[in-house]
Amino acid sequence: MGHEHKLEIFRGLWKFKSNVTKIWGVFFFLCFVTAIEVYLGIVKPEFLIQERFLAMKYLNWIFIILTLVKAYYITWDFMHMRDELMGLRRSVVWTAVFLICYLILILLIEGDYIYEVYKSNYVKFNF
Amino acid sequence: MEATVAKTGTEGKTWGGGNRPLNASYGKLMMWFFIVSDALTFSGFIAAYGFSRFKFIDAWPIADEVFTHVPFLHGVPAPMYYVAFMTLVLIFSSVTMVLAVDAGHRMQKKKVIWYMFFTIIGGAVFVGSQAWEWATFIKGDYGAVETKGGKILQFLDTDGERASVTDFAIAIPTERGTHEEKNGIWYVQEPETQTTVSYQEVLKGFEANPNLLIRSQELVPNMEKLREKAENNPKVAAEITRLEREYINLDKPGEKAIYSREVGLAKLKADGKLVVQGANLKHNEYGHPLFANFFFFITGFHGFHVFSGVVINIIIFFNVIIGTYEKRKSYEMVEKVGLYWHFVDLVWVFVFTFFYLV
Repeated sequence: MGHEHKLEIFRGLWKFKSNVTKIWGVFFFLCFVTAIEVYLGIVKPEFLIQERFLAMKYLNWIFIILTLVKAYYITWDFMHMRDELMGLRRSVVWTAVFLICYLILILLIEGDYIYEVYKSNYVKFNF
Repeated sequence: MEATVAKTGTEGKTWGGGNRPLNASYGKLMMWFFIVSDALTFSGFIAAYGFSRFKFIDAWPIADEVFTHVPFLHGVPAPMYYVAFMTLVLIFSSVTMVLAVDAGHRMQKKKVIWYMFFTIIGGAVFVGSQAWEWATFIKGDYGAVETKGGKILQFLDTDGERASVTDFAIAIPTERGTHEEKNGIWYVQEPETQTTVSYQEVLKGFEANPNLLIRSQELVPNMEKLREKAENNPKVAAEITRLEREYINLDKPGEKAIYSREVGLAKLKADGKLVVQGANLKHNEYGHPLFANFFFFITGFHGFHVFSGVVINIIIFFNVIIGTYEKRKSYEMVEKVGLYWHFVDLVWVFVFTFFYLV
Protein backbone atom coordinates (compact mmCIF):
# COMPACT_ATOMS: atom_id res chain seq x y z
CA MET A 1 0.00 0.00 0.00
CA GLY A 2 1.02 3.57 -0.36
CA HIS A 3 2.44 5.38 2.57
CA GLU A 4 -0.06 8.18 2.75
CA HIS A 5 -1.46 8.74 6.20
CA LYS A 6 -4.58 10.56 7.16
CA LEU A 7 -3.26 13.24 9.41
CA GLU A 8 -6.25 14.32 11.43
CA ILE A 9 -8.03 12.89 14.44
CA PHE A 10 -11.30 13.73 16.21
CA ARG A 11 -13.00 14.04 12.79
CA GLY A 12 -10.66 16.76 11.66
CA LEU A 13 -10.73 18.74 14.87
CA TRP A 14 -7.05 18.13 15.47
CA LYS A 15 -4.81 18.21 12.39
CA PHE A 16 -1.15 17.30 12.23
CA LYS A 17 1.64 18.31 9.91
CA SER A 18 3.36 14.94 9.76
CA ASN A 19 2.76 11.34 10.75
CA VAL A 20 5.33 11.61 13.56
CA THR A 21 3.57 14.53 15.23
CA LYS A 22 0.28 12.68 14.87
CA ILE A 23 1.75 9.67 16.71
CA TRP A 24 2.86 11.90 19.59
CA GLY A 25 -0.50 13.62 19.65
CA VAL A 26 -2.29 10.28 19.96
CA PHE A 27 0.19 9.24 22.63
CA PHE A 28 -0.60 12.29 24.75
CA PHE A 29 -4.29 11.72 24.26
CA LEU A 30 -3.96 8.11 25.44
CA CYS A 31 -1.94 9.22 28.47
CA PHE A 32 -4.59 11.79 29.26
CA VAL A 33 -7.37 9.19 29.12
CA THR A 34 -5.36 6.77 31.29
CA ALA A 35 -4.75 9.55 33.81
CA ILE A 36 -8.49 10.21 34.04
CA GLU A 37 -9.12 6.50 34.57
CA VAL A 38 -6.53 6.20 37.31
CA TYR A 39 -7.77 9.37 39.00
CA LEU A 40 -11.37 8.14 39.01
CA GLY A 41 -10.22 4.70 40.16
CA ILE A 42 -8.46 6.16 43.18
CA VAL A 43 -10.96 8.84 44.12
CA LYS A 44 -14.16 6.92 43.28
CA PRO A 45 -16.55 9.89 43.45
CA GLU A 46 -19.59 9.08 45.56
CA PHE A 47 -22.23 10.19 43.05
CA LEU A 48 -20.80 7.93 40.33
CA ILE A 49 -20.94 4.86 42.58
CA GLN A 50 -24.44 5.29 43.97
CA GLU A 51 -26.48 5.38 40.80
CA ARG A 52 -26.76 2.62 38.26
CA PHE A 53 -27.60 2.40 34.59
CA LEU A 54 -28.51 -1.03 33.17
CA ALA A 55 -27.42 -2.74 36.41
CA MET A 56 -23.95 -1.21 36.29
CA LYS A 57 -22.53 1.71 38.24
CA TYR A 58 -21.95 4.95 36.32
CA LEU A 59 -18.27 4.76 37.21
CA ASN A 60 -17.89 1.37 35.55
CA TRP A 61 -19.67 2.64 32.44
CA ILE A 62 -17.19 5.49 32.30
CA PHE A 63 -14.26 3.08 32.62
CA ILE A 64 -15.55 0.83 29.85
CA ILE A 65 -16.32 3.70 27.50
CA LEU A 66 -12.88 5.25 28.07
CA THR A 67 -11.32 1.84 27.41
CA LEU A 68 -13.15 1.59 24.09
CA VAL A 69 -11.97 5.09 23.22
CA LYS A 70 -8.38 4.05 23.89
CA ALA A 71 -8.85 0.85 21.91
CA TYR A 72 -10.18 2.89 18.98
CA TYR A 73 -7.15 5.17 18.84
CA ILE A 74 -4.66 2.33 19.27
CA THR A 75 -6.28 0.42 16.41
CA TRP A 76 -6.91 3.40 14.15
CA ASP A 77 -3.66 5.31 14.54
CA PHE A 78 -1.05 2.88 15.84
CA MET A 79 -2.23 -0.08 13.79
CA HIS A 80 -3.01 2.26 10.86
CA MET A 81 -6.59 1.08 10.51
CA ARG A 82 -7.44 4.65 9.53
CA ASP A 83 -5.38 4.25 6.35
CA GLU A 84 -6.73 0.85 5.32
CA LEU A 85 -9.56 0.24 2.89
CA MET A 86 -13.08 0.14 4.26
CA GLY A 87 -13.43 -3.55 3.39
CA LEU A 88 -10.46 -4.58 5.49
CA ARG A 89 -11.50 -2.30 8.32
CA ARG A 90 -15.01 -3.64 8.49
CA SER A 91 -14.12 -7.31 8.15
CA VAL A 92 -11.75 -7.01 11.09
CA VAL A 93 -13.74 -4.72 13.36
CA TRP A 94 -17.32 -5.81 12.76
CA THR A 95 -16.53 -9.52 13.10
CA ALA A 96 -14.76 -9.06 16.41
CA VAL A 97 -17.21 -6.54 17.81
CA PHE A 98 -20.27 -8.62 16.96
CA LEU A 99 -18.91 -11.88 18.38
CA ILE A 100 -17.53 -10.27 21.52
CA CYS A 101 -20.75 -8.38 22.31
CA TYR A 102 -22.77 -11.56 21.85
CA LEU A 103 -20.46 -13.61 24.09
CA ILE A 104 -20.38 -11.00 26.84
CA LEU A 105 -24.13 -10.52 26.82
CA ILE A 106 -24.81 -14.24 27.19
CA LEU A 107 -22.18 -14.96 29.82
CA LEU A 108 -22.96 -11.99 32.03
CA ILE A 109 -26.71 -12.65 32.06
CA GLU A 110 -26.06 -16.30 32.86
CA GLY A 111 -23.58 -15.43 35.62
CA ASP A 112 -26.02 -13.05 37.25
CA TYR A 113 -28.77 -15.68 37.06
CA ILE A 114 -26.59 -18.23 38.89
CA TYR A 115 -25.79 -15.61 41.53
CA GLU A 116 -29.52 -15.12 42.16
CA VAL A 117 -30.03 -18.89 42.40
CA TYR A 118 -27.28 -19.21 44.98
CA LYS A 119 -28.59 -16.24 46.92
CA SER A 120 -32.31 -16.80 47.09
CA ASN A 121 -32.93 -20.49 46.63
CA TYR A 122 -32.34 -23.51 48.78
CA VAL A 123 -28.70 -23.96 47.97
CA LYS A 124 -26.88 -23.67 51.28
CA PHE A 125 -23.47 -22.22 50.74
CA ASN A 126 -22.87 -19.70 53.49
CA PHE A 127 -20.98 -21.72 56.09
CA MET B 1 7.11 -5.88 -0.92
CA GLU B 2 7.36 -8.59 -3.53
CA ALA B 3 10.84 -9.60 -2.54
CA THR B 4 9.71 -12.77 -0.78
CA VAL B 5 7.15 -13.85 -3.37
CA ALA B 6 8.21 -16.20 -6.16
CA LYS B 7 7.18 -15.24 -9.68
CA THR B 8 4.82 -17.66 -11.39
CA GLY B 9 4.76 -16.31 -14.88
CA THR B 10 1.02 -15.71 -14.74
CA GLU B 11 1.15 -12.17 -13.46
CA GLY B 12 -1.48 -9.84 -14.75
CA LYS B 13 -4.04 -12.57 -15.47
CA THR B 14 -7.18 -12.67 -13.35
CA TRP B 15 -6.20 -15.78 -11.43
CA GLY B 16 -2.52 -15.14 -11.69
CA GLY B 17 -2.25 -13.72 -8.22
CA GLY B 18 -0.98 -10.33 -7.31
CA ASN B 19 -4.46 -8.85 -7.02
CA ARG B 20 -4.95 -7.01 -3.79
CA PRO B 21 -8.63 -6.28 -3.34
CA LEU B 22 -7.95 -5.05 0.19
CA ASN B 23 -4.82 -3.19 -0.85
CA ALA B 24 -2.76 -5.01 1.78
CA SER B 25 -0.06 -7.61 1.30
CA TYR B 26 -0.52 -11.28 2.06
CA GLY B 27 1.62 -11.10 5.19
CA LYS B 28 -0.23 -8.15 6.63
CA LEU B 29 -3.60 -9.76 5.99
CA MET B 30 -2.47 -12.93 7.69
CA MET B 31 -1.34 -10.86 10.67
CA TRP B 32 -4.82 -9.36 10.81
CA PHE B 33 -6.35 -12.84 10.68
CA PHE B 34 -4.19 -13.86 13.60
CA ILE B 35 -5.05 -10.71 15.54
CA VAL B 36 -8.79 -11.19 15.10
CA SER B 37 -8.62 -14.80 16.27
CA ASP B 38 -6.36 -13.92 19.18
CA ALA B 39 -8.69 -11.08 20.13
CA LEU B 40 -11.54 -13.57 20.25
CA THR B 41 -9.45 -15.87 22.45
CA PHE B 42 -8.73 -13.08 24.88
CA SER B 43 -12.32 -11.89 24.92
CA GLY B 44 -13.36 -15.48 25.65
CA PHE B 45 -11.12 -15.40 28.71
CA ILE B 46 -12.26 -11.98 29.84
CA ALA B 47 -15.92 -12.84 29.32
CA ALA B 48 -15.39 -16.01 31.38
CA TYR B 49 -13.87 -13.80 34.05
CA GLY B 50 -16.97 -11.61 33.91
CA PHE B 51 -19.20 -14.68 34.16
CA SER B 52 -17.46 -15.91 37.31
CA ARG B 53 -17.41 -12.45 38.75
CA PHE B 54 -21.15 -11.99 38.29
CA LYS B 55 -21.69 -15.46 39.72
CA PHE B 56 -19.73 -14.67 42.90
CA ILE B 57 -20.19 -10.91 42.90
CA ASP B 58 -20.22 -10.74 46.72
CA ALA B 59 -17.05 -12.70 47.30
CA TRP B 60 -15.10 -10.94 44.56
CA PRO B 61 -12.04 -9.07 45.89
CA ILE B 62 -11.88 -5.27 45.77
CA ALA B 63 -9.16 -4.59 43.20
CA ASP B 64 -7.68 -1.49 44.79
CA GLU B 65 -7.29 -3.37 48.07
CA VAL B 66 -5.40 -6.13 46.31
CA PHE B 67 -2.88 -4.16 44.27
CA THR B 68 -1.62 -1.45 46.59
CA HIS B 69 2.12 -1.90 46.36
CA VAL B 70 4.87 -0.02 44.60
CA PRO B 71 8.44 -1.31 44.51
CA PHE B 72 10.83 0.27 47.03
CA LEU B 73 7.91 1.87 48.88
CA HIS B 74 7.25 -0.85 51.38
CA GLY B 75 4.18 -0.38 53.53
CA VAL B 76 2.98 2.73 51.71
CA PRO B 77 -0.50 2.02 50.39
CA ALA B 78 -0.60 3.30 46.81
CA PRO B 79 -3.43 1.67 44.92
CA MET B 80 -3.10 1.53 41.16
CA TYR B 81 -0.07 3.76 40.75
CA TYR B 82 2.21 0.93 39.79
CA VAL B 83 -0.18 -0.64 37.32
CA ALA B 84 -0.77 2.81 35.82
CA PHE B 85 3.00 3.03 35.38
CA MET B 86 3.00 -0.37 33.65
CA THR B 87 0.23 0.79 31.32
CA LEU B 88 2.19 3.89 30.39
CA VAL B 89 5.32 1.84 29.74
CA LEU B 90 3.40 -0.39 27.36
CA ILE B 91 1.71 2.52 25.58
CA PHE B 92 5.07 4.24 25.27
CA SER B 93 6.68 1.17 23.77
CA SER B 94 3.77 1.10 21.34
CA VAL B 95 4.63 4.67 20.36
CA THR B 96 8.29 3.85 19.71
CA MET B 97 7.11 0.86 17.67
CA VAL B 98 4.88 2.95 15.46
CA LEU B 99 7.71 5.48 15.11
CA ALA B 100 9.93 2.61 13.95
CA VAL B 101 7.31 1.66 11.36
CA ASP B 102 7.15 5.27 10.23
CA ALA B 103 10.94 5.51 9.95
CA GLY B 104 10.85 2.22 8.01
CA HIS B 105 8.49 3.72 5.44
CA ARG B 106 11.09 6.39 4.86
CA MET B 107 13.94 3.85 4.77
CA GLN B 108 15.79 5.46 7.69
CA LYS B 109 17.66 2.43 8.99
CA LYS B 110 19.35 4.16 11.94
CA LYS B 111 16.08 5.47 13.31
CA VAL B 112 14.36 2.11 12.93
CA ILE B 113 17.17 0.50 14.95
CA TRP B 114 16.87 2.97 17.79
CA TYR B 115 13.09 2.90 17.97
CA MET B 116 13.07 -0.92 17.89
CA PHE B 117 15.61 -0.87 20.70
CA PHE B 118 13.41 1.32 22.91
CA THR B 119 10.42 -0.87 22.12
CA ILE B 120 12.29 -3.96 23.29
CA ILE B 121 13.39 -2.21 26.50
CA GLY B 122 9.81 -1.12 27.19
CA GLY B 123 8.53 -4.66 26.70
CA ALA B 124 11.18 -6.05 29.03
CA VAL B 125 10.34 -3.49 31.72
CA PHE B 126 6.69 -4.43 31.43
CA VAL B 127 7.29 -8.18 31.77
CA GLY B 128 9.55 -7.55 34.76
CA SER B 129 6.90 -5.39 36.42
CA GLN B 130 4.34 -8.06 35.88
CA ALA B 131 6.58 -10.66 37.53
CA TRP B 132 6.93 -8.35 40.52
CA GLU B 133 3.17 -7.86 40.64
CA TRP B 134 2.65 -11.61 40.66
CA ALA B 135 5.19 -12.09 43.44
CA THR B 136 3.47 -9.45 45.59
CA PHE B 137 0.06 -10.99 44.98
CA ILE B 138 1.30 -14.48 45.84
CA LYS B 139 2.90 -13.20 49.04
CA GLY B 140 -0.21 -11.33 50.21
CA ASP B 141 -0.36 -8.77 52.99
CA TYR B 142 -2.91 -9.13 55.80
CA GLY B 143 -3.84 -12.79 55.74
CA ALA B 144 -7.32 -14.16 56.37
CA VAL B 145 -9.15 -17.22 57.63
CA GLU B 146 -10.88 -19.57 55.24
CA THR B 147 -14.05 -21.27 56.47
CA LYS B 148 -15.15 -24.83 55.88
CA GLY B 149 -17.42 -23.59 53.10
CA GLY B 150 -14.55 -21.82 51.35
CA LYS B 151 -15.54 -18.32 52.48
CA ILE B 152 -12.91 -15.80 53.48
CA LEU B 153 -13.03 -13.97 56.83
CA GLN B 154 -10.91 -10.83 56.95
CA PHE B 155 -9.99 -8.95 60.12
CA LEU B 156 -10.49 -5.29 60.93
CA ASP B 157 -9.44 -3.18 63.88
CA THR B 158 -11.67 -0.58 65.55
CA ASP B 159 -10.96 2.09 62.94
CA GLY B 160 -12.19 -0.19 60.18
CA GLU B 161 -8.62 -0.64 58.94
CA ARG B 162 -7.40 -4.08 57.98
CA ALA B 163 -5.58 -5.98 60.72
CA SER B 164 -2.83 -8.44 59.90
CA VAL B 165 -3.22 -11.96 61.30
CA THR B 166 0.47 -12.16 62.12
CA ASP B 167 0.13 -9.08 64.34
CA PHE B 168 -2.64 -10.24 66.63
CA ALA B 169 -2.24 -14.03 66.60
CA ILE B 170 -0.98 -15.44 69.89
CA ALA B 171 1.67 -18.06 69.46
CA ILE B 172 0.83 -21.51 70.74
CA PRO B 173 4.01 -23.47 71.28
CA THR B 174 3.79 -26.63 69.25
CA GLU B 175 6.37 -28.99 67.98
CA ARG B 176 6.32 -29.82 64.36
CA GLY B 177 7.91 -33.22 64.04
CA THR B 178 8.91 -34.53 60.68
CA HIS B 179 7.01 -37.57 59.58
CA GLU B 180 9.85 -39.83 58.58
CA GLU B 181 9.92 -42.84 56.40
CA LYS B 182 10.63 -45.18 59.34
CA ASN B 183 7.40 -44.12 61.09
CA GLY B 184 4.93 -45.17 58.45
CA ILE B 185 4.40 -46.70 55.10
CA TRP B 186 2.72 -43.61 53.77
CA TYR B 187 5.62 -41.30 53.74
CA VAL B 188 4.15 -38.10 52.40
CA GLN B 189 5.47 -34.66 51.69
CA GLU B 190 4.08 -31.53 53.31
CA PRO B 191 0.80 -31.00 51.48
CA GLU B 192 0.76 -27.23 51.05
CA THR B 193 2.74 -24.13 51.74
CA GLN B 194 2.88 -23.45 55.47
CA THR B 195 1.44 -20.23 56.84
CA THR B 196 3.34 -18.32 59.50
CA VAL B 197 0.47 -18.63 62.01
CA SER B 198 -2.09 -21.37 62.48
CA TYR B 199 -5.86 -21.13 62.69
CA GLN B 200 -5.76 -21.95 66.42
CA GLU B 201 -3.35 -19.09 67.06
CA VAL B 202 -5.47 -16.63 65.12
CA LEU B 203 -8.57 -17.72 67.03
CA LYS B 204 -6.78 -17.31 70.35
CA GLY B 205 -5.54 -13.86 69.37
CA PHE B 206 -9.00 -12.83 68.20
CA GLU B 207 -10.58 -13.93 71.48
CA ALA B 208 -7.97 -12.06 73.49
CA ASN B 209 -8.35 -8.80 71.56
CA PRO B 210 -11.89 -7.36 71.93
CA ASN B 211 -11.18 -4.56 69.43
CA LEU B 212 -11.06 -6.85 66.43
CA LEU B 213 -13.92 -7.36 64.01
CA ILE B 214 -14.51 -9.67 61.09
CA ARG B 215 -15.47 -8.61 57.61
CA SER B 216 -17.66 -11.02 55.68
CA GLN B 217 -17.95 -11.65 51.96
CA GLU B 218 -21.50 -10.38 51.72
CA LEU B 219 -22.26 -6.98 50.21
CA VAL B 220 -24.56 -4.71 52.19
CA PRO B 221 -27.82 -4.40 50.22
CA ASN B 222 -29.80 -1.20 49.87
CA MET B 223 -31.79 -1.51 53.11
CA GLU B 224 -34.47 1.06 52.22
CA LYS B 225 -35.45 -0.79 49.08
CA LEU B 226 -35.36 -4.08 50.97
CA ARG B 227 -37.69 -2.73 53.69
CA GLU B 228 -40.17 -1.55 51.06
CA LYS B 229 -40.21 -5.04 49.60
CA ALA B 230 -40.54 -6.68 53.04
CA GLU B 231 -44.03 -5.34 53.72
CA ASN B 232 -45.83 -8.13 51.93
CA ASN B 233 -43.06 -10.67 51.68
CA PRO B 234 -42.18 -12.64 54.82
CA LYS B 235 -39.08 -14.12 53.19
CA VAL B 236 -37.56 -10.68 52.72
CA ALA B 237 -38.59 -9.71 56.27
CA ALA B 238 -36.72 -12.74 57.61
CA GLU B 239 -33.71 -11.71 55.53
CA ILE B 240 -33.79 -8.24 57.09
CA THR B 241 -33.91 -9.73 60.58
CA ARG B 242 -30.87 -11.84 59.77
CA LEU B 243 -28.94 -8.89 58.33
CA GLU B 244 -29.70 -6.72 61.36
CA ARG B 245 -28.70 -9.47 63.75
CA GLU B 246 -25.38 -10.20 62.07
CA TYR B 247 -23.98 -6.98 60.66
CA ILE B 248 -23.08 -3.58 62.06
CA ASN B 249 -22.55 -1.48 58.93
CA LEU B 250 -25.92 -1.78 57.20
CA ASP B 251 -25.94 1.98 56.61
CA LYS B 252 -23.29 1.59 53.92
CA PRO B 253 -24.82 -0.12 50.89
CA GLY B 254 -22.39 -1.73 48.48
CA GLU B 255 -19.63 -2.24 51.03
CA LYS B 256 -18.59 -5.59 52.42
CA ALA B 257 -20.69 -6.32 55.52
CA ILE B 258 -18.95 -6.40 58.91
CA TYR B 259 -20.06 -8.91 61.55
CA SER B 260 -20.81 -7.72 65.07
CA ARG B 261 -18.16 -8.88 67.52
CA GLU B 262 -20.27 -11.76 68.92
CA VAL B 263 -21.46 -13.08 65.57
CA GLY B 264 -17.96 -12.76 64.16
CA LEU B 265 -16.43 -14.71 67.02
CA ALA B 266 -19.06 -17.41 66.71
CA LYS B 267 -18.47 -17.67 62.95
CA LEU B 268 -14.73 -17.86 63.38
CA LYS B 269 -15.04 -20.57 66.02
CA ALA B 270 -17.67 -22.69 64.28
CA ASP B 271 -16.68 -22.38 60.65
CA GLY B 272 -13.01 -21.39 60.56
CA LYS B 273 -10.70 -23.95 59.04
CA LEU B 274 -7.34 -22.58 58.00
CA VAL B 275 -5.26 -19.43 57.65
CA VAL B 276 -4.67 -18.10 54.16
CA GLN B 277 -1.76 -15.80 53.40
CA GLY B 278 -1.49 -14.48 49.89
CA ALA B 279 -2.99 -16.15 46.88
CA ASN B 280 -2.48 -19.27 44.84
CA LEU B 281 -4.67 -21.39 42.62
CA LYS B 282 -6.58 -22.93 45.55
CA HIS B 283 -6.76 -20.25 48.22
CA ASN B 284 -6.93 -16.49 48.05
CA GLU B 285 -6.85 -14.25 51.10
CA TYR B 286 -8.50 -11.38 49.19
CA GLY B 287 -11.68 -13.21 48.30
CA HIS B 288 -12.87 -15.84 45.89
CA PRO B 289 -10.08 -18.14 44.63
CA LEU B 290 -11.42 -17.80 41.08
CA PHE B 291 -10.17 -14.22 41.10
CA ALA B 292 -6.64 -15.51 41.60
CA ASN B 293 -7.11 -18.20 38.96
CA PHE B 294 -8.27 -15.72 36.35
CA PHE B 295 -5.65 -13.19 37.36
CA PHE B 296 -2.83 -15.69 36.93
CA PHE B 297 -4.27 -17.12 33.75
CA ILE B 298 -5.19 -13.94 31.89
CA THR B 299 -2.27 -11.74 32.93
CA GLY B 300 -0.02 -14.77 32.47
CA PHE B 301 -1.33 -15.36 28.96
CA HIS B 302 -0.93 -11.68 28.19
CA GLY B 303 2.56 -11.66 29.72
CA PHE B 304 3.43 -14.60 27.49
CA HIS B 305 2.29 -12.56 24.50
CA VAL B 306 4.49 -9.67 25.62
CA PHE B 307 7.39 -12.06 26.08
CA SER B 308 6.99 -13.56 22.60
CA GLY B 309 6.56 -10.04 21.25
CA VAL B 310 9.89 -9.06 22.77
CA VAL B 311 11.56 -12.15 21.27
CA ILE B 312 10.10 -11.45 17.81
CA ASN B 313 11.10 -7.78 18.13
CA ILE B 314 14.66 -8.82 18.96
CA ILE B 315 14.81 -11.03 15.86
CA ILE B 316 13.54 -8.20 13.64
CA PHE B 317 15.87 -5.77 15.43
CA PHE B 318 18.89 -7.83 14.37
CA ASN B 319 17.45 -8.25 10.88
CA VAL B 320 17.29 -4.48 10.62
CA ILE B 321 20.87 -4.16 11.86
CA ILE B 322 22.28 -6.60 9.33
CA GLY B 323 20.36 -4.79 6.62
CA THR B 324 17.88 -7.46 5.51
CA TYR B 325 15.12 -4.96 4.86
CA GLU B 326 17.49 -2.47 3.29
CA LYS B 327 18.22 -5.16 0.68
CA ARG B 328 14.51 -5.93 0.32
CA LYS B 329 13.88 -2.22 -0.13
CA SER B 330 10.91 -2.56 2.20
CA TYR B 331 10.50 -2.46 5.95
CA GLU B 332 7.11 -4.15 5.83
CA MET B 333 8.28 -6.84 8.26
CA VAL B 334 8.68 -4.14 10.90
CA GLU B 335 5.11 -3.09 10.19
CA LYS B 336 3.78 -6.63 10.64
CA VAL B 337 5.60 -7.11 13.92
CA GLY B 338 4.35 -3.67 14.88
CA LEU B 339 0.77 -4.80 14.35
CA TYR B 340 1.33 -7.68 16.76
CA TRP B 341 2.97 -5.42 19.30
CA HIS B 342 0.12 -2.89 19.21
CA PHE B 343 -2.32 -5.72 19.62
CA VAL B 344 -0.57 -6.77 22.84
CA ASP B 345 -0.92 -3.19 24.03
CA LEU B 346 -4.59 -3.21 23.04
CA VAL B 347 -5.26 -6.35 25.08
CA TRP B 348 -3.56 -4.80 28.09
CA VAL B 349 -5.86 -1.79 27.90
CA PHE B 350 -8.78 -4.17 28.45
CA VAL B 351 -7.04 -6.28 31.09
CA PHE B 352 -6.22 -3.07 32.96
CA THR B 353 -9.86 -2.01 32.94
CA PHE B 354 -11.40 -5.31 33.95
CA PHE B 355 -8.87 -6.38 36.58
CA TYR B 356 -7.91 -3.10 38.16
CA LEU B 357 -10.59 -0.49 37.53
CA VAL B 358 -14.07 -1.95 37.22
